[in-house]
Amino acid sequence: MSVIILGIETSCDETSAAVVINGREIKSNVISSQVDIHSKFGGVVPEVASRKHLELINHVIREALDEAGLNFADLNAVAVTYGPGLVGALLVGVAAAKSISFGLDIPLLGVNHLEGHVFANLLVEPNPAYPLICLVVSGGHTDLLLMHGPGQYELLGATRDDAAGEAFDKVARVLGLGYPGGPRVDQLAETGNQHAITLPRSYLEKDSLDFSFSGLKTAVINYLHRAQQRGEAVNSADVAAGFRQAVVDVLVDKTLAAAKRHDTRSIMLAGGVAANKLLREQLSARANDHGLRLIYPPLVLCTDNAAMIACAAYYKYQHGDFAPLSLNAVPGLPLGQDRY
Amino acid sequence: MYSIATQSADETFNLGETLGAWLQPGDIITLNGDLGAGKTCLASGVGRGLHIESRVKSPTFALINEYEGKIPLYHMDAYRLDGPSEVNDLGLEEYFYGTGAVLVEWAQNIIDFLPEQRLDIFIDKDPIEEDTRNIRLVPHGIRYEQLAGELIAHVRTGN
Repeated sequence: MSVIILGIETSCDETSAAVVINGREIKSNVISSQVDIHSKFGGVVPEVASRKHLELINHVIREALDEAGLNFADLNAVAVTYGPGLVGALLVGVAAAKSISFGLDIPLLGVNHLEGHVFANLLVEPNPAYPLICLVVSGGHTDLLLMHGPGQYELLGATRDDAAGEAFDKVARVLGLGYPGGPRVDQLAETGNQHAITLPRSYLEKDSLDFSFSGLKTAVINYLHRAQQRGEAVNSADVAAGFRQAVVDVLVDKTLAAAKRHDTRSIMLAGGVAANKLLREQLSARANDHGLRLIYPPLVLCTDNAAMIACAAYYKYQHGDFAPLSLNAVPGLPLGQDRY
Repeated sequence: MYSIATQSADETFNLGETLGAWLQPGDIITLNGDLGAGKTCLASGVGRGLHIESRVKSPTFALINEYEGKIPLYHMDAYRLDGPSEVNDLGLEEYFYGTGAVLVEWAQNIIDFLPEQRLDIFIDKDPIEEDTRNIRLVPHGIRYEQLAGELIAHVRTGN
């Protein structure tokens, strides 16, 4: 018998609902982005985000069901992201999912947003060879995980200051590129010369799998400051290209080092920054050189979306890992440690 | 007025560590300075001083990070906050008058909602020496006068 799960995701600035059958077959994946609204403010404004989620959530859920050609009565379970993220934003999705669970008397599944990103890969590659290394890169996270199986994570390293996506956003801010920073820096970098400016790469202590991007951000600011003092014009495209290359180099090197140390055959890429073209290309090339298989999700599943949440939830459904109706948003939810 | 200069990120971290060791429940510290000034670096030092196991990271994404140490630490980024509805929405006042110490980055955005008694820390990049930070402590209230005075004395005498 097939299991039909409605997924809901509202952790940041996308309102999304999806219908996924057996954790594999995406019947619909509706994503309503608030990027245009937040770009006016130079970043996600929490109050605005919560209010927009509230306005959109019912329509998005309705549309996901319509696109799938299904009704509420067809659903076997409802799944929702309950952390990490912005508390006001998360609460909108959590409240919606709890109401549906209660009203239809179907199981409620609480999903970690990062686990959703990891499972986006399992939608394209359901049975990868474990153990594997997963690099999770997004606006709020830069984590290297050793996965022993679906749902089994060991944290090998994480950022000590800024996440990779956050560094992109902040560099976009100092370059006056606005929000969202990642895609804008990426676009500008395409036209720049990555060798024009030498920027530092922080590898921390020998053998460390942690990351640090704060120093790189400061180096960009110092470079711009020096140029300004000398009255020199700045080629923003060169800065963007040099910066992007520095981030990608460290991400690729550390991921490869982790795979080597733990003798894995595959690497997974997850999170919003997994959409970065240069990161995909260079990780792919280096993985190839070392005979490693690289798995990454299609672009549409890199952004925050509810299909990945429904996919991760199916795994929980099979294990009877249901959440109580007292489920609450947990803004700092760690991966692999459910809080309900 | 209390001011000091640090010559490196490590020194800024160490200053934070000393401050952290002396923090008490209910203390409010604001961290002000441009991007890259070292606000989060100082905050990480505070975390170490409070014996928080995990490293205190940038609060930009989640807006508020909570840590368990000798006393709880609440670390906020107010860069994207604006106005009373946001402050209410996030329940910030519960943190300001709660059981832990509070660090607020980009505090000027919510300055009207902060308790009057607090320590404001301004971190400025030196215009000439790239790694140097000029740090000013502006205390409001007796508790913070003492804290700032002790911190400066500690830095100057090394104990």
